[in-house]
Amino acid sequence: MLKVRSLQAGYGKLKVLKSISLHISPGEIVTIIGANGAGKTTLLETLVALIDARSGSIVFNNENIENISPEKIVKKGCTLIPEGRHVFNTLSVKENLILGGYTKIHHRSKEQQQEALDYIYSLFPILNERGTQLAGTLSGGEQQMLAIGRALMSDPKLILLDEPSIGLAPLIVKDIFATIQKLRENGNTILLIEQNAKAALGIADRGYVMETGQIVLEGSADDLLNNNDVQRAYLGKDYKSIDE
Amino acid sequence: MSVTQIWQYVLTGISMGSIYVMVAIGYNIIYNTTGIINFAQGEFLMLGAMIAISLSTVMPLIMALVLAIVLTTIIGALMEFFFIRHMKKPTVLNMIIITIGLSIMIREAALHIWDEKVHSLAYFTGNELSSINILGAYVSPQYLWVLGMSALIIIGLNIFFKHTTLGRAMRACSSNKKAAWLCGINVKNMVTISFMLSAAIGALAGCVISPITQTQYDGGTSLAIKGFTVAILGGLGNNNGALAGGLILGVLENLSIIFLPLAYKDALSLTILVIILAIKPSGLFVKKVMSSLKEY
Ligand SMILES: Nc1ncnc2c1ncn2[C@@H]1O[C@H](COP(=O)(O)OP(=O)(O)OP(=O)(O)O)[C@@H](O)[C@H]1O
Ligand SMILES: [Mg+2]
Repeated sequence: MLKVRSLQAGYGKLKVLKSISLHISPGEIVTIIGANGAGKTTLLETLVALIDARSGSIVFNNENIENISPEKIVKKGCTLIPEGRHVFNTLSVKENLILGGYTKIHHRSKEQQQEALDYIYSLFPILNERGTQLAGTLSGGEQQMLAIGRALMSDPKLILLDEPSIGLAPLIVKDIFATIQKLRENGNTILLIEQNAKAALGIADRGYVMETGQIVLEGSADDLLNNNDVQRAYLGKDYKSIDE
Repeated sequence: MSVTQIWQYVLTGISMGSIYVMVAIGYNIIYNTTGIINFAQGEFLMLGAMIAISLSTVMPLIMALVLAIVLTTIIGALMEFFFIRHMKKPTVLNMIIITIGLSIMIREAALHIWDEKVHSLAYFTGNELSSINILGAYVSPQYLWVLGMSALIIIGLNIFFKHTTLGRAMRACSSNKKAAWLCGINVKNMVTISFMLSAAIGALAGCVISPITQTQYDGGTSLAIKGFTVAILGGLGNNNGALAGGLILGVLENLSIIFLPLAYKDALSLTILVIILAIKPSGLFVKKVMSSLKEY
């Protein structure tokens, strides 16, 4: 589904991604874990062309997409749910959802558009109740749901999720993770970035560990969960508890 | 001073005010998608009127008007396409310099094409002597055209921004550019469209007001200042605020004749502008929730 080879990107003189390679197969949940500033957000934003790739290749469904514009990538079925949600604060909840389907709107009949909305409401009933409310006045959890719902309106095949649980209460985080699993069951492929490495590896099939712009480790989720280095660095276990 | 006379001032004030509203809306539309003030907005009014005046000598007025609006819209698009779109890192200062530069360029071009004389578009109905009685006040029917067109624009824009996909996409750009890109909205194209929309509205305003105020190559400037005052008064980017601000400024200006020498009429808007900028730069008519949710 997605194949990234030797990808480099950065900001001005700052080189952030130093030759990233990774791949995702259809139907997988893949997670990337890494410390703050490792370049995870930069990677996702480069994948959807918000940041220019300096070299390397990105192949999505057998097509090179490293040189095309963000809206074309959405049309092809790859969408990013950004870190910090970025809902349209001054627009209503429903308008946010409608705009999520911006690239599809002229290809959908009224009924199909309503079906698409109903699918989102079945995942997040609260969004239906809050339809006319300004998105900026939603709670953090509701905004995250809206950000996910908005992305789903474009009918994506591959969903890139950047730290969906940040700043949310544990109960809501559980909901969001349950939703991510449901999305996979419904046919989506997911690339998940998380501070909460344990939870992410809990639902993922495979994972990559990123350090200062490089992939330093990859493997099945179980292997990573049991890896000593990963446990020390990202799962909050110190030497002692590992020894025990 | 009779009541009829005051009513007459109020009525013409509302008409002039509604022109200011249209200029302010032109500022707002571009401000909302780009975060910049287009200092060439006044030139769109002048261009619309001048083109219509020239064309009306060779074709019926209605065709001249439509064509003038279309041509000004194209000029707005070209302006954005050649001078704004390709800027890698547009800063506010860059944009100010560019749009001021463009406004000077357009004025100079207009001076060469239409000379420095005062031109005037024909009255839409009747002539400069016709007047109609509205509740005792006699005004030129052109004032009704001004009012009608402004009302049409304001209602039309409300529908456009609230209920069409394109309008919503433009609001999305003003709310959060990154998210707009991620939804598959081409933000750059939305900026072009905002320039076209502002140019079209400016041209229309320039045309309807031309029979009353007449048009000169640099005639856009004074309307631009009034419109800018109104945009600030209503809160930059807020069209409904601009509507209130415009009507207030138009009426105040006309009533000021009663107690101030005529020469001070134009100074009034500048005075208001300075006062507003000093005490409440966010504008008088901004909803609290809205302003707290804005990106800029
Ligand atoms: N817009 C920007 N301009 C310049 N440098 C940036 C920009 N955004 C990020 N960086 C830098 O790039 C590096 C990688 O940042 P990035 O946001 O990709 O990290 P991250 O892995 O997502 O971190 P976090 O877990 O905190 O979200 C950091 O050193 C950061 O300072
Ligand atoms: Mg990040």
